[in-house]
Amino acid sequence: MLTLADVRYRYPGAARDALHGVSLDARPGELHAILGPNGSGKTTLLRVALGLLRPDAGRARIAGRPAHLWPRRELAKIVGVVPQREETAFPQRVRESVLLGRYPHLSLWRGEGAADRAAVTSALERCDAADLADRWIATLSGGEYQRVRLARALAQEPSVLVLDEPTASLDLRHEMDLFELVRDLVDRENLSAILITHHVNLAARFADRVLLLAAGRPAGAGTPAEVLSRDAAERVFEWPVEIQQFDARPQMVPLRKRKDRP
Amino acid sequence: MKALALGGLAALVLALAVILGPTHVAWADLSTSPVVRDLRVPRALLAFLVGGALAVSGASLQALVRNPLADPFLLGLSGGAGLGAVLAIAGHLSGPGALPLAAFAGALAATALVSRLGLVADAELDPRVLLLAGVAVGAFAGAVMTAIVSLSDAVELRNAFLWLWGGLSGASWLTVLVIAVYLPLPLIVLYASARSLDLLALGEEPARHLGAEVTPVKRRVYLAASALTGAAVAVSGVIGFVGLIVPHLMRFGWGHRHRALLPASFVGGGILLVAADILARVAVAPRELPVGIVTALVGVPLFALLLRRWTT
Repeated sequence: MLTLADVRYRYPGAARDALHGVSLDARPGELHAILGPNGSGKTTLLRVALGLLRPDAGRARIAGRPAHLWPRRELAKIVGVVPQREETAFPQRVRESVLLGRYPHLSLWRGEGAADRAAVTSALERCDAADLADRWIATLSGGEYQRVRLARALAQEPSVLVLDEPTASLDLRHEMDLFELVRDLVDRENLSAILITHHVNLAARFADRVLLLAAGRPAGAGTPAEVLSRDAAERVFEWPVEIQQFDARPQMVPLRKRKDRP
Repeated sequence: MKALALGGLAALVLALAVILGPTHVAWADLSTSPVVRDLRVPRALLAFLVGGALAVSGASLQALVRNPLADPFLLGLSGGAGLGAVLAIAGHLSGPGALPLAAFAGALAATALVSRLGLVADAELDPRVLLLAGVAVGAFAGAVMTAIVSLSDAVELRNAFLWLWGGLSGASWLTVLVIAVYLPLPLIVLYASARSLDLLALGEEPARHLGAEVTPVKRRVYLAASALTGAAVAVSGVIGFVGLIVPHLMRFGWGHRHRALLPASFVGGGILLVAADILARVAVAPRELPVGIVTALVGVPLFALLLRRWTT
């Protein structure tokens, strides 16, 4: 569905490439995690993949068409995005906010119909947020808000779901809730999902494939077991770690400098 | 029901504007009196259209700059439009049809300057910096206007003074016709952009992900809002705070979706300015206040209230 092939991108005036030789192939029914330290190019990769930036070299395609050539409205019908941040300058209720996800499907002069309202209700239910529908956005907790934003992306009825650090400020339970929810959606609805996260261990447990980025270059791509070696992790995150196995998936334990190392 | 109440209120203030005034007109003479036909009716209609234009412009600009405290006056558009109009008068280019164009050009120039100043590095427009830039550009335009007015001949000074604080005393069927010709196109453009404005309130990148073509939409909305402001300023001078307060009040009843908010704001803006103009004519009769003074006297305390609400 969404592919990057040997992509290179440099921001105008920057001294080095923000992305260099990065490839990605997001397929239906797969959860793809993108890992890497701050400034490693994760968000730039999303911008290129979603056609907001045009690669200097290589290809970024969605459903076979170069990403930057998609009209945004058409793209929004097949790719749903939960960006890192959004603004809430104007008070809004949850149902109204999720309805924004139907906008790419609405024609210019007609209002939303029964099918659109049904899609909103269904999206809220699938995100376990049906009981939030009449709440004001400003009164939601962090975890509730993220579920509502995911519901908005689902209301677009996309075949690709993109999430940029969706659990950044959530506590353990809400973080696990969200990861389980995304995994379920991928399995049950055969969605293709791309997830940026700082949580290496959760990515290793939930994702089918992992792309590890370091300074804009791929430092490993494949199944979590293939990518998350001690060597690679220490090189990319610049910190000593140990890799343990849990549920046949690698789990990374950061080491303390004096205590854990001879 | 809400729409009916708003419509009823509009009819009521328009009727009051026709009935009330410094000159007493008997009930029986209302339909035949030249004071009513040539002064009060066109003036009421003009106030309604100008108020509506400013309120719709304000509602659109608030979504565009993601700042509920924005309006054409605070963003410097009105000041730019006023300066454009004053320059046209000083240059003797002031036919009733050309004045809105000069004001439109002034509003556009102010918009360009404000967005250039509001641009932080090459990132998105920062809504707070944008508002500061708008206030600065508006103040500068006001200063240049005052300078031109102080240096020009007596007759022109008298005319141009109207622009500084806004006044509807120049109302005639001709000015009603002028604004009626200039309003429809930008109003349609803004109504057609209503859904994009809903999305833009989330920020530019989230709006793109939900299908908005952000750059063309921003350009269209700025152009249309400048045209509305230009037309309003050309016939009635610089009137502040209508575009700020009205969309706020309308959000209580119509929510934040612009397909409902923009039409409601148009009617609400009309009601507010007609009511303010009644006050301006009647309060100190037989003399008259510029209506911009009335909207500022009502608007600034409300602005202070909103500022508190949005910052706490």
